[in-house]
This record gives sequence, C-alpha cells and structure tokens, in this order.
Amino acid sequence: MPVDDWLVQLDNLAARSAGFFLRKPIVLDLTNLDIGQDELRDLVAKLATRKVRIMGIEGAKASLLAPDLPPALTDGKGTSDVEIPAVDESSAPAAANLEPTVSAPSRSNSSVVVSQPVRSGQSLHHAEGDVTIVGSVASGSEVVAGGSIHIYGALRGRAMAGTMGNSTARIFCRKLEAELIAIDGFYLTAEDLEPSLRGKAVQIWLEGETIKVAAVI
Amino acid sequence: MGKVIVVTSGKGGVGKTTSTAALGAALAQNGAKVVVVDFDVGLRNLDLVMGAERRVVYDLVNVIQGEAKLTQALIRDKRLETLFLLPASQTRDKDNLTPEGVEKVITALKNAFDWVICDSPAGIERGATLAMRHADVAIVVTNPEVSSVRDSDRIIGLLDSKTLKAENGETMEKHLLLTRYDSARAERGDMLKVDDVLEILSIPLLGIIPESMDVLRASNVGSPVTLADGRSAPAIAYFEAARRLNGEALPVVIPADKRGLFGKIFGRRAA
Repeated sequence: MPVDDWLVQLDNLAARSAGFFLRKPIVLDLTNLDIGQDELRDLVAKLATRKVRIMGIEGAKASLLAPDLPPALTDGKGTSDVEIPAVDESSAPAAANLEPTVSAPSRSNSSVVVSQPVRSGQSLHHAEGDVTIVGSVASGSEVVAGGSIHIYGALRGRAMAGTMGNSTARIFCRKLEAELIAIDGFYLTAEDLEPSLRGKAVQIWLEGETIKVAAVI
Repeated sequence: MGKVIVVTSGKGGVGKTTSTAALGAALAQNGAKVVVVDFDVGLRNLDLVMGAERRVVYDLVNVIQGEAKLTQALIRDKRLETLFLLPASQTRDKDNLTPEGVEKVITALKNAFDWVICDSPAGIERGATLAMRHADVAIVVTNPEVSSVRDSDRIIGLLDSKTLKAENGETMEKHLLLTRYDSARAERGDMLKVDDVLEILSIPLLGIIPESMDVLRASNVGSPVTLADGRSAPAIAYFEAARRLNGEALPVVIPADKRGLFGKIFGRRAA
C-alpha cells in the first residue's frame, strides 16, 4: 500500500528533523490519490498520532469528506465529483450552443456587516470577503472570513481571516482578548499573544510566515 | 393577553428557580394575576421554593398528555390569591414535553393570566429550548463569574435564533438579572464587576440581587424571598426588578457592602 510507504518516508523525515511539524497547521493534498473515506479517516488518525495537525484537505471530492474529517480547502480551483464530459459537437449538434453551466467558485469581494454581538457557540462564516462586526465576539464563538475581519468591540473568541489563501487579510479589533487568531492558516493561541497587547485595540497581519500584532490608536 | 417570560441561564445553580418564585410573588403582590410554570421535568424544585410540594396532584406533563385539565393542575398560592403554580412532573422525563403540547398550555395560560413565568431547566437541550420557545420576554439569570457569563451568552444566542419570535424575524426582549452579587468579593476583585458582565452580554440590566442568607432561609421554609421578608435586601431588589418589568424606569443601584455606623462615618471621612 503506497500510503504506508509514504508514512515510513514521513517518519524518516520527522526523525531527521525533530519538530518539523510542531505547531504547524498542515494541509493534506489528495490530488491524484485514490483513497476511500475509511482509509482517509485512518490516515488522518495515523498522522495525528505523529503530532501532525491536519487543518484542511485539498483536492478531495466533496463526497469523500465528512463532518469528522478536516474541512475542504481549495486555492480557488474547484474540484467536482463528476467529470464534466467535453461536449462532442459532431454527435450532439442540438446541444452545441448550450452554455456549459459550471458554477465556478465565486471570487467576488463581497463583504458582510453584522450589527449584533457574536454570541458564545455561534459561528460566523463568510468565505468570500471581509466581515465587519459592530459588537463583540464572545468567548467560545468564531468568525471565519475569506478576507479581513473588523471587530468594533472586544474579540474574546476565535477569528480566522484569509482562510481561502489570502495572506494579505488582516484582523482588527477594539479590544484583544482572543482565544485564537489565524490568518491564511497560520495561527496564534491566547498563550502566544504578547501580554502587553491584551485588552488593547490592535491590528493583526501576516509577515511571511509570522503573525504580527500591533496596537492601533 | 398576558406576557410570557422565560427565566433562563444555561448554567445550573445560578438562581433561576429562586428568581422565578421571587419575581412571580412580587408581581402578584402588586395585584397582577401570575402563574409560575416549572419546566424542569424530572428535577422539579419550584414547588418546594413556593411551599406547595404537598399540594401537587397533577402536573405539566399530565396536562400536555391530556390526563388532566389545566385547572386541575394549577395550584393557588395560600398567601397570595393571584399567584398560581403549574408544577413539573418529577417521575417523567423531558421527552414527554411536546412542542404542540407546550404551545397549547402556554396559549391557555396567556389568556387567563397577566404574567406567565416559565422556570427553565439548566442546559441548552429540549427542556430549555421548549421553555424559551413561546416567550415574549427573557430574563437571563447570571452570577458574576466567567462560566456563568459565558453560558448566559450562549443562551442569548439561542434566544435570538431558536424562539418563535426569532423565527418570525422579531427580536426577543431580553433582560439581565445579576444574582448572588457579593459586594465584598467584588471589591476584592474575586468576582466580575457589574460593568464587565454588562459589557460582555450587552443586554439591559433588570436588577442586581445581593448574595444573602435571607434567600436560602426563605427557600428552606418554602417561601419566595419577596414574601418571606419583604424588607430584606434581596426582596427589595426583586421588588424593584418587578417594577422595571412593568416598564418603570428605575435606576439600578449596585449593592454596597453593609457597613456599621462606624464604617459609614469612617468611609465618608476617607472619601
């Protein structure tokens, strides 16, 4: 089984460079790999025992993913379950002038404004653009945006910006008390945050692979 | 048509039942017709706090399942003519509450009473969501500590999404009742401050009930604290909360530490 060989190679790599995967969010690319759901679940579990944290799965058919598996991530390329057959014009002249109705993932920069607090247990997802919240983001809630996140209130929960591979996305909040912040897959937990910035109005951005947090006036 | 209030919190042990009884009695003492409904099927307590545990014959589940009429299940308070209790069943579980059955009971109560106060069970499951479903007004009972505040925040989210009002696109009227407030501990910084709680939950404040032995004493003798000792600090706080529920714009005073005469003089000189 090729996956087992690959795991052996992975173990070799991990043995040579200790801590290679430590605290890094990993995306699993399944393109060109023929794998069933149970095998995938097994693979994710095997990686977990090696302390490799899978944050998302790329290049997988939608039918392969389940709620107990990491979420699908794409870099804008849609992956479909059914191969769309090329229209053979000679054999089907009647269908020749039909537009192929393939819905490409929307890349519009739509933004949403939420004018009430995000309560504990609530999850606000907006994959396409910016999210502005006039209110606070409570402990135990999360905001996930494809673009930037603006919070006119306290950030006490999780904020994940630029989730669709947008490394220029930023997070702004009036009062930083976050449990977790992430931009483009890179994340910091509350413990990693500079204590002097707690409770301050800040902006958070990505510089290379480092998350930067600085006070804004 | 009466108003339906749900007294809810998410977390257990914060004072939902005590507050339901105290507010119900306070409203009834002003002449309103009030019924308090225990939704905590399987773990009922409201009958004890109301001092009616020996008078329970039929309960909410009996009414919902058609085994008893609503008038048979309602218990009139011995001290207040206009105060009634609809007890929960202790032997059944919450699965016996059906959405249709609850709706029928609440509608009937709404037509007969000025206030229908539903004492929600702790948690966010069936019992709690059914108790809040038909409410017009929610009272969120919170203790000034982080776990209670976060659970209340979660409940407010559910009030804004899982209730009939929310599903009809209306907004539920929500009030915060801060209970077990201990001024000495707040001054020492052992407890969240009122402003912090209000900032996190951002809903209007209905009242602050001080931590007091009077509450426990009243519960033990089976009497709402507003009936047991109307001049105690928690009773006064509940009376004021009831007036605010009626729409009076009464300022909320943060309970100060009880100091003796010397303390007061000393405190004033120091200030």
